[in-house]
Amino acid sequence: MNFWEKLSNLGKKWIYLMIAICVIVPLFFKFEFKMGKSPSTMGLYNKIESIAPDSFPFLMSYDYDPSTQGELSPMAIAILRHAFASHKRVMLMSLLPQGIGLAEGVTSRVAKEFNEYAIKEGKDTVVYGTDYVVLPFTPGASAVMLSIGESLKNTFVTDYYGNLTDTLECMKNVYNYNQIPVTISLAGSSVPKSWIIYAYTRYNEKIACGVTAVSAADFYPYLRTGQFVGMLTGLRGAAEYENLVRENYNVEGRDIAIIGMSPQSFAHLFIIFMIILGNISYFIVKKQKARSL
Amino acid sequence: MKRKLPLLIVMILGIGMTIQYFVPHPLSMNIYRIILDWMIIIGAFYLVLGIGGVLIINYHKIKRRKENWWLSIITIVSLFFVAFIGIFNGVRSETLFMKIFSNVQLPMQAAIFSLLAFYITSAAFRSFRAKTAESTVLLIVATIIMIGNIPLSKYVPGSSVFAEWILSVLNLAGQRGILLGVGLGMAATSIKIILGIERSYLGGGQ
Repeated sequence: MNFWEKLSNLGKKWIYLMIAICVIVPLFFKFEFKMGKSPSTMGLYNKIESIAPDSFPFLMSYDYDPSTQGELSPMAIAILRHAFASHKRVMLMSLLPQGIGLAEGVTSRVAKEFNEYAIKEGKDTVVYGTDYVVLPFTPGASAVMLSIGESLKNTFVTDYYGNLTDTLECMKNVYNYNQIPVTISLAGSSVPKSWIIYAYTRYNEKIACGVTAVSAADFYPYLRTGQFVGMLTGLRGAAEYENLVRENYNVEGRDIAIIGMSPQSFAHLFIIFMIILGNISYFIVKKQKARSL
Repeated sequence: MKRKLPLLIVMILGIGMTIQYFVPHPLSMNIYRIILDWMIIIGAFYLVLGIGGVLIINYHKIKRRKENWWLSIITIVSLFFVAFIGIFNGVRSETLFMKIFSNVQLPMQAAIFSLLAFYITSAAFRSFRAKTAESTVLLIVATIIMIGNIPLSKYVPGSSVFAEWILSVLNLAGQRGILLGVGLGMAATSIKIILGIERSYLGGGQ
């Protein structure tokens, strides 16, 4: 068996080892990547920028579970930092039981981190109930999307912690989609399409989404038609958003999407290298076999 | 009656809600709101059904001493334990319930999903071969998209723009065709269900 035949039959364990190295090693070195500003990311950023400070809150739905949190939680963190730094109010919810746990965890962590930064810099801190609210999980996804269009406070009588939503400053005078400037769905599935069907079509609500890179192709048709006002695509979209928030507001905090771009870049390059290598070895072995016949 | 009643309910609600969509009369809107409340209440029963299903399947596994039956004991005990502490100790961030979620469920699910990176690389190396014209096109497009999705794409002139063009033009054209087909199919199936022609959702074969 010559070199190319051996390469063609390379054991899985060696490939696993190499991809592990490609993912782990870049984390120990600081690589500076200049992030771009794709139109879909800018669409969401500009939409949030256009909301008047301390006015009606926008809605962000954590429609994902822990399996895709590596790509989607950095988006949530960057959007929350943007909202807190620019005095935009936000309501957090989830259509999944696991998602609400993530929403609560991510939001309280970002709020705590932002308040530490704000106190240090002498800026305004964020207060639960006034600047942000976590709404509880309510079953029946599509019914929930429709029900918000009729009555937000009837859909969510209490918040995640059991406070009556009627008593929360953030939700004062917010009755339905008419008062919600934009709804953002972060999802690893087709849930953003349901937001289009139920909230955009029936109630004309502005929808934006954050999706995993692997599912992004499915959402491009809605972006081109303007049904999505913006879209964050995978870790790259999250990194672009983090970069925008850092450039414009200089909020302190760990930019996990930008950090994550190094292992992702090396892993992508390694996969491309392996595909090229696999094809070279395939054609050489094929040629050698043809010659030997 | 057992089959006719569900068909009648579906027909009345299907036709009724279709008409309701085009009639913004207060009476029609009130009916719509009541139906929405029902949907949310019925949605809560999905959870009951799900938990019931998990319990029944695992109970039978334990009873019949099937392979790895002891894992079913762990599943049932975990289910009741986490539910118990969530109900009686609360679900705030500092509670035991959230600690279990953040330190057990979250890393476990994320770790399992991240294994995809290993499988994808191995599968790409073994199977992503330019054997035919179609597979060659697929291979080239996939490579361009992968390069276009990383910041290093700036070192490959035009790759980012080309990747974006593939996604927003070529992909869009294909997707739109599929979506139109799916939409028409959904409309046709909905009409068949409302009229009682399509009955497979009732179960029992025909």
